[in-house]
Amino acid sequence: MTQMDLQPANGPKASPDAPRPVVEMRDISITFGSVHALDEVSLRLLPGEVHALMGENGAGKSTLIKALTGVYTIDSGTVLVGGEEHEFSSPAASQAAGISTVYQEVNLLPNLTVAENMLLGREPRRFGAINVRAMNRRARATLESLGIDVDPTSELGEHPIAIQQLVAIARAVDVEARVLILDEPTSSLDADEVSKLFEVMRGLRDQGVAIVFVSHFLDQVYEIADRMTVLRNGKLVAERMVADTSQLDLVKLMIGRELEVLDRIDRKVSARTADESGSPVLKALGVGRKGSLEATDLELYDGEVIGLAGLLGSGRTELARLLFGADASDTGEVVIRSERRRLRSPRHAIDRKVAFSSEDRKAEGVVGDLTVADNMLLALQASRGWLRPIPQATRTKLVERYLQALDIRPADPAALMRNLSGGNQQKVLLARWLITDPEILILDEPTRGIDIGAKAQIQAKVAELAAQGMAVVFISAELEEVLRLSDRLVVMRDRRKIDELPNDDVTVSDVLEIIAGEAREEEGPRA
Amino acid sequence: MPETATGLQRVLRHQLVWPVLALVVLLLVNVVAKPGFFDIRMQDGHLYGNLIDIVRNSAPVLLVALGMTLVIATRGIDLSVGAIAAISAAVACTRIVGAGDEGALTTAVMACTYALAVCIVLGAWNGFLVSVLGIQPIIATLVLMVAGRGISMAITDGQITTVHNSWFSDLATGYVLTLPLAFLIALGITALTALLTRRTALGMLIEAVGINPEASRLAGVRSRTIIWTVYAFSGFCAGIAGLVIAANTNSVNANSLGLWIELDAILAVVIGGTSLAGGRFSLLGTLVGALFIATLARTVNNIGIPSELNYLFKAVVVIAVCLLQSPKARSAFRVRRTGGPAVPAAPVLEKAGSPS
Amino acid sequence: MSATTVPADSLWDRVKGYSPPPRYLPVLATLALLIGMFAIGGVRYEGFSDPQVVLSLLIDNAFLIVVAVGMTFVILTGGIDLSVGSVIALSTMIAAKTLQLGWPPYLSMAAVLATGTLLGLLMGLLIHYFDIQPFIATLAGLFLARGLTYLISVESISISDPTFTKLAFKTVTFGDYYLRWTAIVALVVVAIAAYVLARTRFGRTVYAIGGNESSAMLMGLRVAFTKVGVYVISGFCASLGGLLFSFYILSGNSLHAIGTELDAIAAVVIGGTLLTGGRGYVVGSLLGVLVLGMIRTLISFDGTLSSYWIRIITGALLLAFVVVQRFATRRKS
Repeated sequence: MTQMDLQPANGPKASPDAPRPVVEMRDISITFGSVHALDEVSLRLLPGEVHALMGENGAGKSTLIKALTGVYTIDSGTVLVGGEEHEFSSPAASQAAGISTVYQEVNLLPNLTVAENMLLGREPRRFGAINVRAMNRRARATLESLGIDVDPTSELGEHPIAIQQLVAIARAVDVEARVLILDEPTSSLDADEVSKLFEVMRGLRDQGVAIVFVSHFLDQVYEIADRMTVLRNGKLVAERMVADTSQLDLVKLMIGRELEVLDRIDRKVSARTADESGSPVLKALGVGRKGSLEATDLELYDGEVIGLAGLLGSGRTELARLLFGADASDTGEVVIRSERRRLRSPRHAIDRKVAFSSEDRKAEGVVGDLTVADNMLLALQASRGWLRPIPQATRTKLVERYLQALDIRPADPAALMRNLSGGNQQKVLLARWLITDPEILILDEPTRGIDIGAKAQIQAKVAELAAQGMAVVFISAELEEVLRLSDRLVVMRDRRKIDELPNDDVTVSDVLEIIAGEAREEEGPRA
Repeated sequence: MPETATGLQRVLRHQLVWPVLALVVLLLVNVVAKPGFFDIRMQDGHLYGNLIDIVRNSAPVLLVALGMTLVIATRGIDLSVGAIAAISAAVACTRIVGAGDEGALTTAVMACTYALAVCIVLGAWNGFLVSVLGIQPIIATLVLMVAGRGISMAITDGQITTVHNSWFSDLATGYVLTLPLAFLIALGITALTALLTRRTALGMLIEAVGINPEASRLAGVRSRTIIWTVYAFSGFCAGIAGLVIAANTNSVNANSLGLWIELDAILAVVIGGTSLAGGRFSLLGTLVGALFIATLARTVNNIGIPSELNYLFKAVVVIAVCLLQSPKARSAFRVRRTGGPAVPAAPVLEKAGSPS
Repeated sequence: MSATTVPADSLWDRVKGYSPPPRYLPVLATLALLIGMFAIGGVRYEGFSDPQVVLSLLIDNAFLIVVAVGMTFVILTGGIDLSVGSVIALSTMIAAKTLQLGWPPYLSMAAVLATGTLLGLLMGLLIHYFDIQPFIATLAGLFLARGLTYLISVESISISDPTFTKLAFKTVTFGDYYLRWTAIVALVVVAIAAYVLARTRFGRTVYAIGGNESSAMLMGLRVAFTKVGVYVISGFCASLGGLLFSFYILSGNSLHAIGTELDAIAAVVIGGTLLTGGRGYVVGSLLGVLVLGMIRTLISFDGTLSSYWIRIITGALLLAFVVVQRFATRRKS
């Protein structure tokens, strides 16, 4: 390991040339087969800064990080840590050099204790055996120093994702990393947890740690980051100070085109009014499930977009799944066009023209080894039963139509689903549901983790579908998105509905106030 | 990497190339050792010869492997097929022996039908454990593998039961249109399975269930029914295999009938290119795999190696096949595949060929 | 854990309210089953309640206990080892053959242990570095070991070496009861394994791999070393078990231990270890072996049931455990 001269921690206003970079990646290139994942990309990390790494899906952020941490081998270019050249052959090697990573999927071990997760591989030992008491003590100390309230002897799997992520960071802190890489750390955190995370990050930054912050949430980037590097299609586009770059400039750098598409949506929503004069196409009466949702009522009308707004854990996904029958409800029933049932399975719902796009597309949506065409036609085929395969001519027609309509790339029906980027996969999944010609469409986080261009396309599609008469339930962690698209808002908190209101110029702070308003008075009446 | 491929390159990339090549090599080894290996002669209106024997002997393994292929495609495995085969034979033979007219055609037909019905129920039982109770397939079928032997021994009361029914014996030794009946049956079931899975949407749905069961469920695929069905089908196939094996010796020894046939079946499936991790499957590949295993058994006899060395041979073959199918090993030889059954689900942490 | 809070807890209250950590429940269930079976046997059959019955169980199954310990390591990482039965047979054959050739007995034993360990190493390398599924790779090991056994000798070779026979009968007596040295070896192996799994970095990495292998790798753990290592351990245990078996049966035969791998797997599952890996204890596997042995003993004491009932009952027991395990883990998730 090399001696590093650490400059005193400079504040975010320091010029990028003065202190010596703690990590420098120069002209890194990596090719997979014929694909240039990275094409002469450079990155400089200074001590004591939060450095945002931005770019659409497929831009190369993930690849760059894996190159730095020794997961991928580099084809050409150099990596310098503290001024000395290094070639990491494994994550362990990069860790030993002071580079730690916390991944989006929180790569920890649910079957081991919190302390073990923090210290595995570096446990205090006595006579060759693990000293459990010392390990627990050390873990407790680190957790306390970060203000995380968790019992180190408890099993990690017992805790929610947000806590597991903080444990992952605690592990990195314990390693005394000089560079901390956070890959989409806030995707599963609510506002309080994000603040907590940022607090921890600022503390680490002030101690001279260089933090790489990979995120799609532009607001968070502007809140926490000092400098940023923007990648596009495997190439370096810009390295800037955050303070010197406007959001519009940043988005332009990332997608290389204007945001007209998003503007068009704004105009569309205001022009459309939902038709609530008719009877509801779906009515949920006291639908609930023990441990995940209290008995809830909800009505959907044709041509209307209902946005479910709420923080993490408020019950939005649970409600959506109950409406679809993905989970079985304990109480209440769902009335679809005056036909009462307790939906027991997705099969029933689909038969009644309900469609549901899950928030976890990887685990619950993508069938990786099948082709794009098969993925698209899966729900339709399932509803026809195995005895009636879809005729080839119909297949080609349907698939072509949606490849065009949703701008899916590559536009190849025979491409394997697993080779598509996240955004394109999401579009294929959307097509899967649209092909079933639903009357009620439930979308749970359809734009999570995908690039701005695809996001805009999906939002435009949703608005278009509603204009054509579909009833849409829209869930997103980004309140701006919910507000942009919805005709009516359902606000949820702590697993129940607390308010419902039409979207007449409602702002984000209005919604947050509604949610917060519940918290202030514990005994508040339900809306 | 060149984007366009010549015709030859496309042929080489096809997933069936390696199993077929392996089979051809094995056959060539036999011909080199005994030049008259491929001779076929006609006698009494039937074809005779080494190749005919291979084809007939491959029937039980092929039958079991067919069911196994579909089960493996749903990400499962069926270790109980040997025990089910034994039960099938035990049931059929005890019925024939206990019938009024032991040698009649109707006796044979009734006994076999009854036996197959039992096997379908046993297969459905496995399917129930896996799809409804959600028990891991390896352990769910292990239960029947262990208990089933005991059951088959209980049915025959620990005795070797001998039957005298020429119709039953025909299953193993009979010929139809000069070809062995056993193989025709196996081939017929293969064709039926192929029809059922590829001409309908069943094949694609099976693959979807194997690749991502939860996504399939949410897309409205009746995963439970599909899983349950493939296990019942596997039981059915195992049942037929058991009948053919018993017909060969006109008796059933519940202790040893079909012992370890599950291993041969799994080998046949893997050789044929279907991945144990589930998903895309190839019935044709399984057919080639079963023929390969039968040829292997013949080769060992033919080139004068004591039959005990069969095991060593199998070991070498298994390792060779797996190395060929392993992308890490193949990258050393720069052979590519397109569109075939997927690589098992290990996360790609390093580029193929990178050090460490 | 529940506890009454109001007045100070009496001891009885604390005992009443105590519930063991959920992770130990499977092993405790197996223990309860074992005790239950012993109780039933004691009530029904003459002479069953003699503690020597349990000690004899240990003696008769010493080899299987050792094998099951090795199997536990493998299964904890989410793998499986189908070769152990064949390795046992190979071990007996190597022992018998080398003794027949005049080798000194301890050299013979070393050869046995070396072979099993080497075979395990080979399988481990195939599994980790070539991404071959454990089922298939150890299946190859099964064929290889069995084939090598046949290669050495098709017929049975008996062992008459005095050291072997002495070790076979070496006994420790306490009071009216006795325990053979082979059983003590087995218990020592269990103790060492339990310590390694609970208190060494290697052991915790075993659990880590079973929990989430890619996470373990990203955390910088020595995954390759450990993954190959568990197969080495299993190979070693299989050959050690084979050695103990050869003391027991005093012959080398290619027909030995056919299907023993299934017994080992059954024992591990009954002992509470999940086949998906990440959870389980070697003590559970020890108890699992004893349960299987108890079934055999109960049936032989009964005398009226045919031996095939052993298989049916074993299968039923396996089913019961697996179903209960399923419901227990389902509730947790």
